Amino acid sequence: MTAPSAADPQSLEARILALLVEVAPDVDPAGVRPERDFRDQFDFDSMDLFNFATAIHGAFGIDIPERDYRQLASLAKCTAYLGTKLGPSTPGISAAGKSS
Amino acid sequence: MPSLGADMEAGTLVEWRIDKGSRVKRGDVVALVDTEKGVIDIESFEDGVVESLSVKPGVRVPVGTTLALFEGEPVAHAAALPPARAGAPVAIPTMPPAAAPSVERARRISPAARARAASLGVDVAAIHGTGPQGVVTLADVEATVAAAGAKPAAPAAAGRAGIRNAIAASMGRSKREIPHYYLQLALDFQAAASWLEEFNRVRPVPERLLPAVLLIKATARAAAEKDGFSGFYGAGGFARSQAVHVGVAIALRGGGLVAPAILDADRKPLPTIMHELQDLVARVRSGHMRSSEIGTATLTITSLGDEGVDLLLPIIYPPQVAIVGFGSVLERPWAVDGRVEVRPVLNLTLAADHRVTDGRLGAQFLARIRDWLMKPAEL
Repeated sequence: MTAPSAADPQSLEARILALLVEVAPDVDPAGVRPERDFRDQFDFDSMDLFNFATAIHGAFGIDIPERDYRQLASLAKCTAYLGTKLGPSTPGISAAGKSS
Repeated sequence: MPSLGADMEAGTLVEWRIDKGSRVKRGDVVALVDTEKGVIDIESFEDGVVESLSVKPGVRVPVGTTLALFEGEPVAHAAALPPARAGAPVAIPTMPPAAAPSVERARRISPAARARAASLGVDVAAIHGTGPQGVVTLADVEATVAAAGAKPAAPAAAGRAGIRNAIAASMGRSKREIPHYYLQLALDFQAAASWLEEFNRVRPVPERLLPAVLLIKATARAAAEKDGFSGFYGAGGFARSQAVHVGVAIALRGGGLVAPAILDADRKPLPTIMHELQDLVARVRSGHMRSSEIGTATLTITSLGDEGVDLLLPIIYPPQVAIVGFGSVLERPWAVDGRVEVRPVLNLTLAADHRVTDGRLGAQFLARIRDWLMKPAEL
């Protein structure tokens, strides 16, 4: 199987959801509403957001300045932020970079 | 059966992690026990070789019941009471195995999934876990129910009754028995915020600190310096604890909270506290707390920093004698050298036990916490 392109919004979203479930195993990925903040949907606190940022950092290998954490607050924001950060031509990162 | 909090009366042995003849070292996880706070990993308080296991999985027994015997030590408990509670009664007879409820296999399961399974009457052992490392998630429980064609019979809120009862019992006892006094102190959080921002700016995401880490360390250091805030109040009055184990109130998703301890927080570097806090939050929410973290806190802190409240007036966890509350860091007008400036302001509150200290000592304690937060580089 070839690694999905990070520029493909659907596969990007699927990978973000996988990281979300890794950070919060009690979150149902099928029930995530993209526009709603994780905080309102799942009672996310600053530690959850920190763990989520750490997981994204590990999986995508990008630096996320602290002031950008708010751009990870919902699935839609996160997809948009990563789309910009990774750029249209960036190939997908292998699952080996996955962080727990 | 060790006491995992002042409010615990009994626990259900879920699974043994040892067998007859096992060599056990102090700190090894020997068993899993289900309590109102969720499943707890029970650690041994001594070294030894297991002679026999006295309680079968699935059996609910009172606190103090012998769970297992070590060779050559007829009264030893594989999971003995922590030293701080050594005076508690230990010789309570074991309940007959006939009273055993259905055995719940030791499974890693999220608290929300456990509550849902309990409210729906679903056997957790029969659920296939699809989460990381086979964790049973809320979705797995619902998938199992859906596959069985069953309709949810009870509202999910029913599953929270256990932890809600535990909180109510503990807080009710606190309000009945402890003559609380309350103090509040507002501080300019600029120094701490700037220091933290710079610390985090030059580090990759996994090595950064959350503000809560500074609050834990500052409180722990102040408690180590000021007598009367770290310890337990028992039949013999107040017993100071030289070690400062800071209980951190952690909210469970969907309601309820527990306050497991970060041991010796006054002596640990900030990154260690961050790492432990991260680990603790993850385990609290996935249902894997350790016995050494439960009931060992010598004082507690609670922070509602994410919620936007100015301050909170917390309630002491018996048998502790103090709890420190932190509100949100909010931009507020603040007088600096005769001028008004906008500063990030943090409100500290203290609820402490009048049987042990008075407002004057309490004020000094809060001032020490503030002083530490004003010089974060020295934490």
